[in-house]
Amino acid sequence: MNAMLNYLLKDLLKHYPLMCLGGIIVLVVSLLALLAPWIAPYDPSAINVRDMLQPPSSTHWCGTDTLGRDIFSRMLYGARISLSVGFVAVGISMLIGIALGAIAGYAGGYVDTLLMRLTDMVLCFPTFFLILAVIAFLEPSIWNIMIVIGLTSWMGVTRLVRAEFLSLREREFSLAAKSLGVAPLSLIMRYLLPNAMGPILVSAVLGIAGAVLVESGLSFLGLGVQPPDPSWGNILTEGKDNLQLAWWLSLFPGLAILITVLGYNLLGEGLRDMFDPKQNNR
Amino acid sequence: MLSVEKLNKIYHSGGLLRRGQANHAVKDVSFHIAEGETVAIVGESGSGKSSVARLVMRLLPANSGQIHWRDQEVSQLSEHHLRPLRSHIQMVFQDPFASLNPRMRIWQSVGEGLRVHRPELSRTQRRDEVAEILALCGMDAAILDRYPHQFSGGQRQRIGIARALIVRPKVLVLDEPVSALDVSVQAQILNLLQRLQSEFNLSYLFISHDLSVVRHVADRVLVMFNGNVVEQGSVEGVFSDPKDAYTQKLLAARPVAHPSERR
Repeated sequence: MNAMLNYLLKDLLKHYPLMCLGGIIVLVVSLLALLAPWIAPYDPSAINVRDMLQPPSSTHWCGTDTLGRDIFSRMLYGARISLSVGFVAVGISMLIGIALGAIAGYAGGYVDTLLMRLTDMVLCFPTFFLILAVIAFLEPSIWNIMIVIGLTSWMGVTRLVRAEFLSLREREFSLAAKSLGVAPLSLIMRYLLPNAMGPILVSAVLGIAGAVLVESGLSFLGLGVQPPDPSWGNILTEGKDNLQLAWWLSLFPGLAILITVLGYNLLGEGLRDMFDPKQNNR
Repeated sequence: MLSVEKLNKIYHSGGLLRRGQANHAVKDVSFHIAEGETVAIVGESGSGKSSVARLVMRLLPANSGQIHWRDQEVSQLSEHHLRPLRSHIQMVFQDPFASLNPRMRIWQSVGEGLRVHRPELSRTQRRDEVAEILALCGMDAAILDRYPHQFSGGQRQRIGIARALIVRPKVLVLDEPVSALDVSVQAQILNLLQRLQSEFNLSYLFISHDLSVVRHVADRVLVMFNGNVVEQGSVEGVFSDPKDAYTQKLLAARPVAHPSERR
């Protein structure tokens, strides 16, 4: 069993090196976020005015901000917020997307036309500005952001699931189930959905990258996570105000966003290649 | 036992705004199958023979026509009322690589019919029934917990036959059941089908383009061309003395078993 796992890992590393890199990044970032309270050298909101705007040093690895708070610790806690926004938002969009896509793809006909035109309509809105407008009316809190991002990013999944279902329901195993009299819900849950899981997983992983970016953008504009709670976006805001004095305030959170988004994108695209039978020439 | 009258199927291409071309795939097809009988439908691809199979299975809605099962008209029944009757007619599909759900274990795939038609059975009882029917189809009970990708085409076709048989149908619709298999495996599957037919007194609706296979298994044969049944009759009659011009051409195009044989 161990030898098999070893072989599998080597095989993956050889054929999908970038995906493995993405996977490692995702794993490391998730671990750092999860273990933040144990790793962080300082309390992320402990103000120490005597140490304000310190450059990176052995005591403050990523420097300090205008209130003397340790940037490294704040980034670790910020990772928790960014990632949980990513996961919850994608969870919401997956639930909506899979449900609507499954109904459209299974039912076909007028139901399909209606749901797909609705999807097209929502796709017409520029998502980020829609989110901005909605958040401007609501109280900017982490829960509102999760919900709003989730409610505005389900369209891709809907189309994907619909397309998968349209082809899967004509496959012979679905026809066999239908001629046995398997009920529609059972057909969807046991025949169609399990066989569509690959592409759904890919789009979920890519969706997390997108959600992390949107959350950072909102926090940067002051409509997301509110200070004193740390988030990569709102550390950047402070960095922008002190760009000439303290480059470290912008560089480190920027890098964190870049690396995290890159990691999820690499992982997602690697998984897509892996599930794509046309590229699977091994 | 099963009779079909003036069945029609028209496929429409095109979309919401544009009325596309209508393709009349099945035109006024009528036939009947008696108990224990094998009726074959032959024809080239696109002749409508597979559509007939799917219409009979109620996997496609017919545009007009009637399907009688014993004395009941079933072509207009709702899916809900049709369900108890579905166990009487089952289907075996052409492509053994697409006909089993890749995410389900063999015993789950084969036992699916029991979940629907005999819900009172426990999980263990279902597994026992599955093992029994698989044994009848020449498969070992050791395969119960495996997945479809671990089997060859011929083995999967046996599993597909077991899945259809587990609800004890009276009629089996066989849609090109051996055309995706190697010739040596074809013979094994055909022999299995003949053994099962005599064991359960099954009727077969055998869809095929392979004339030598049809001659081997069928009692009566329907020849389809462009959605029409151009000729039907007993196998000996049609093969030895084809009346229709298309049937004559079809038979002439058949490869001979031995070069010395004269057409």
